[in-house]
Amino acid sequence: MSIISSPPVAARPAVRTPFTWRRLLRWEVLLGLVVLGDFLLNCRLSQYFLDPWTLSDASFNFTERAIIALPMALLIIAGEIDISVGSTMAMASVLMGMVAQAGLGTPFVIVTGLVVGLIAGCFNGVLVCFFRVPSIVATIGTLSLFRGIAYALIGDGVLKAYKPDFAYFGQGYVWGPVSFELVLFVVLAVLFAIVLHMTVIGRRIYAIGANPIAARLSGIRVDSYKFWIFALLGMTAGLGSVLLTSRLGSTRPSIATGWELEVITMVILGGISIDGGQGSILGVVLSALLIGCVTFGLSLLNVPGIVLAIVTGCLLIGVVAISSMVGYSGRRRRG
Amino acid sequence: MPNLLARLKGLPHEAGLGLLTLLLLALVTIAFPRFVVIDNLKSLVDDTALLIMLAVGEMFVLLTRSVDLSVAANAALTGMVVALFNAGHPGAGIVPVLVIAIVMGAALGLINGLLVWKVRIPSIVVTLGTLSVFRGCVYVVSGGAWVNSGQMSPLFLGFVRLPVLGISVLSWIGVIVAVLAYLFLKYTVSGRNLYAAGNNPNAAAYAGIDVGRMQCLAFVLSGAIAGLAGYLWVARFAVAYTDVASGFELQVIAACVIGGVSITGGVGGVLGVVLGGLFLGIIKNALPVVGISPFFQMAVSGLVITIAVILNAGTYRKSHGRKILERAEAAP
Repeated sequence: MSIISSPPVAARPAVRTPFTWRRLLRWEVLLGLVVLGDFLLNCRLSQYFLDPWTLSDASFNFTERAIIALPMALLIIAGEIDISVGSTMAMASVLMGMVAQAGLGTPFVIVTGLVVGLIAGCFNGVLVCFFRVPSIVATIGTLSLFRGIAYALIGDGVLKAYKPDFAYFGQGYVWGPVSFELVLFVVLAVLFAIVLHMTVIGRRIYAIGANPIAARLSGIRVDSYKFWIFALLGMTAGLGSVLLTSRLGSTRPSIATGWELEVITMVILGGISIDGGQGSILGVVLSALLIGCVTFGLSLLNVPGIVLAIVTGCLLIGVVAISSMVGYSGRRRRG
Repeated sequence: MPNLLARLKGLPHEAGLGLLTLLLLALVTIAFPRFVVIDNLKSLVDDTALLIMLAVGEMFVLLTRSVDLSVAANAALTGMVVALFNAGHPGAGIVPVLVIAIVMGAALGLINGLLVWKVRIPSIVVTLGTLSVFRGCVYVVSGGAWVNSGQMSPLFLGFVRLPVLGISVLSWIGVIVAVLAYLFLKYTVSGRNLYAAGNNPNAAAYAGIDVGRMQCLAFVLSGAIAGLAGYLWVARFAVAYTDVASGFELQVIAACVIGGVSITGGVGGVLGVVLGGLFLGIIKNALPVVGISPFFQMAVSGLVITIAVILNAGTYRKSHGRKILERAEAAP
């Protein structure tokens, strides 16, 4: 009797869905508040900050990195990482410069950038999915390889034979102070958010990152997904290279050095778990805004770039530490 | 190839890599006898000693399933601080410099370690952050200025070059670090625990090993070695500036990976790391001798690292990613 009258098993509340949602919400809210706080602080500290054109200039600080951060978020959610994106950009930029120097028009230059990025991404994908090299190790190798190819092709030279219409992608404005880069970033962010959060593909990417073996056993083609995310990330790095090269108007083999770490910082600050399986595109967008706001605000105050690195580093550790200490348990790493 | 050889003959990874390194050395020597001139070999050993030291430190961290991206930045910051200390107190002698370098490096490593152990942030996130912070601090403490050889005392500069039994003190320090690391890993309880903590954290936790503490210990050791290497680097190249050893952390990890250290923890040894460092060092030093333009050198070493990494991939096949229940089991 007593067994029957005791509370049934179902009395255990089904916490899973609401709990995840609350956790997600809290992370993005935390980021949003920090962005807002920094925005207001910047307004108070510098009288030049709150101006449409100033803010538009500020957006150039982060849009290129943020565009690459979107597919990087997908990759990290899927449980892999790519630290060769900066080198991919350099290689793409150098080849674009050579195509431009050969007298070919802007469309060819852009296609070159995208294709080189795509090939680089596929190469990483093959290393990880076919040869089973851990992604961090594989991309440490290609990091030197791609950058090395860039140096091997033009040495310490500069390529700047770009046609005038090429400048639009990195310097053009769509409407008033709204730049092409910013519009592109917003469009891509919406696209990525839809794919990741509203489609089967997105759910599968989470599943792969949360538990690749269970994902494989439930019929998801894990390697195929990972490969295509690597390819997509490579091509987006190529796109980033088009934008950066267009903005700078010239190519050096040292272009975008160290960007891989900045992009990864952006992604992790956005609440994507480095272990995979967690995070949202909204978080990445907010963290891009945050990094953009903080660095631009500080540079308005004449803080040198290398000191900004301290701020970014502390921001990364600080925000992640806070989330870890308030029990954002997903960030705990393997016991 | 090291792996192929090893599998064919049933030899450990180190044997294959050792053979490959010797083969590489022989090939370069046959083509360019100038390569084995004593002076060149000495400089090779000096260069490689720094890489090997940092790689040994990195190995401790990799063994515990963590990664330390901040070693080069740590070396740069410590190197700058001892250079400034030396510029301020040129008469203080060499002992305080060494003590400051090791203690400060260990303290920076402790920051990493505590964040990983106590705050439970993944090591790659922690060291990605401290990499920027340490690098920025170099700029802050130096005000962006260089410390040149003119500001360094003769003892500060001369100590690392002092020849003892044919090779420099710098190389000897590399040898001593490697030997101590070998003994530590082989014969002390803490050393064995490092392997256990990385090989199977859950089992280690049940066996009474505090995995977090082991990770912290690994970071402190890595930091101390990085600090020492920071002084040696600054003294060897006779200049300290913000970008010292910039990006070197990736070469350090590459040396470990080529040396057979598994990025997924628990596998690897000092001998392999030393050979991995030598392998990279020989390539780096041979390329200019062979007459390859400096602009091609990065591409070639990148290619070699990529190939070596693919060939080593077999090492990882055994440990196929995460186990299904690992997360559920994770002990507190």
